[in-house]
Amino acid sequence: MNSAALLLRYFSASLRSQLQYPGSAIMLGIGAFLTTIIDMLAAWALFDRFGQVQGWGLGHIAVFYGVVSTSFALTDFFTRGFDVFGGEFVKTGAFDRVLLRPRSPALQLIGYEFRLSRFGRLAQALLVLFVGAAVVGVTWSPDKILLLAWTITGGVALFTGLLVLQASFAFWTTESLEVFNVLTYGGIQAAQFPLSLYAGWFRNFLIFVVPLGCVAYYPVLAILDQPDPLGAPDWWLPTAPAMGFVFLAASFLAWRAGIRRYTSTGS
Amino acid sequence: MDAARPYLAAFSSRFLLMLQYRAAAIAGFATQCWWGGIKVMIYAAFFAAAPAAAAASPMTLAQVITYTWLAQALLALTPWNADPEVALAVRTGAVAYDRLRPVDTYSLWYVRGGAWMASRALPRAALMLLGAGLVLPLIGLSDWAWKPPPSFAAAAAFAISLPLALALATAFLMIVNIIVAATLTDRGINVLFNSLIIVFSGNLLPLALYPDWAQTALLIQPFAGMMDIPLRLYVGQLQGSEALLGLGLQVFWTVALILLGRVAMARVMRRLDVQGG
Repeated sequence: MNSAALLLRYFSASLRSQLQYPGSAIMLGIGAFLTTIIDMLAAWALFDRFGQVQGWGLGHIAVFYGVVSTSFALTDFFTRGFDVFGGEFVKTGAFDRVLLRPRSPALQLIGYEFRLSRFGRLAQALLVLFVGAAVVGVTWSPDKILLLAWTITGGVALFTGLLVLQASFAFWTTESLEVFNVLTYGGIQAAQFPLSLYAGWFRNFLIFVVPLGCVAYYPVLAILDQPDPLGAPDWWLPTAPAMGFVFLAASFLAWRAGIRRYTSTGS
Repeated sequence: MDAARPYLAAFSSRFLLMLQYRAAAIAGFATQCWWGGIKVMIYAAFFAAAPAAAAASPMTLAQVITYTWLAQALLALTPWNADPEVALAVRTGAVAYDRLRPVDTYSLWYVRGGAWMASRALPRAALMLLGAGLVLPLIGLSDWAWKPPPSFAAAAAFAISLPLALALATAFLMIVNIIVAATLTDRGINVLFNSLIIVFSGNLLPLALYPDWAQTALLIQPFAGMMDIPLRLYVGQLQGSEALLGLGLQVFWTVALILLGRVAMARVMRRLDVQGG
């Protein structure tokens, strides 16, 4: 069986098990939808009081937020295995069993769970994205739709990279490091505002270290037909999401190094 | 004094136990620095972008920044989740032991819950004061620092208000605990209340910055007393009779929630399902 067919088999098994509790699945989805709505509440209140910030309005913020939140919601469907890797696999020694199977560990971890409840977050993110785009008057030409898809793909690569990196650290720390939530959930918070609002060092962090700005700020400027107020060249704006894949590749290097030094904790 | 002894012992043992979790405190501190830092930069950008609206704002930027660091420092004082010890006791059936002890179960859970929150908040607040109050001014970012209260009156009001906030938060924690005891699970309830608390305690955004038409309603709801009122007293945004009103609201909601909690607890305990074997 090839890898794609195996993944589909994993996902359908996971879906079937979650649908054994349809009430719970629906409630969790609705809960995710409602709790993520409050992400926009603070931005709304600030714009209600201050009107605008550096020429940006609530509609722009909604597009920035919608893009990055959609990327994270899509990532969240299939990265649960990496998220709980430290506690569920390394600490328990269950990773030994994963290594014994004749398939790559990464593939098996992706197949660990397909999280149905994330539809709530995805629906909310897409709603915010398209309502925001309508407010600021984006016309969805084919090349813009393509650019949006490319941006979100880069975002999925970046967030997947963050979760792979979080899992890789567990080879050394044994526990999952929840500090990484700062970069995932906190990253959505940071990336929903234009980079020009931040201090220089923090901006550089979001461009060069954890390139959240490259999968939200720059490509969204291109979608909004705005030049970068910070002076990045026009060709860079739609190219930037490629940085997400660079980050993902670097994370898999760390992952391989981790697997090489893995010693079982199991008994 | 003898009557209070078991409760004091329960408080201090839980408090000292929770202080041992240093790694968790440092991880929490790192998270709170990140959130606090982003918020401070965003507020600064908004205040700079609209000078007219900033001048009319009920809080100055310096007040908002100090409020933000304090809110991050005292994050653990808000009742985010049911007390995990109570949730575990309900799940395993150990709640039966608590019922057998010759002490009042409500008071026992109340002091243990209060100790749990206070002990989690203390190291985080100390680290945050060090970071945002001392290190930031030293590296030349005093505009973004956590400032001392503007007057002795503000400091005194905060000193009275903070313990009241803990008492109120613990009274609310007990309501959550009782719901857990009645429904036997802490999953759904934690998700539901988290959103309410993060918005209405002022953690998401200082309550004074929401639209003016919502201000009265935001001040008199119970969650304001858990964080927003003490923080507004600290930065001097509530003064004179308004400060007294704020403290009065905290006392009112604490008493009301404790009464509600006791009535609810009596009902739940009359027909409690004990799990386990």
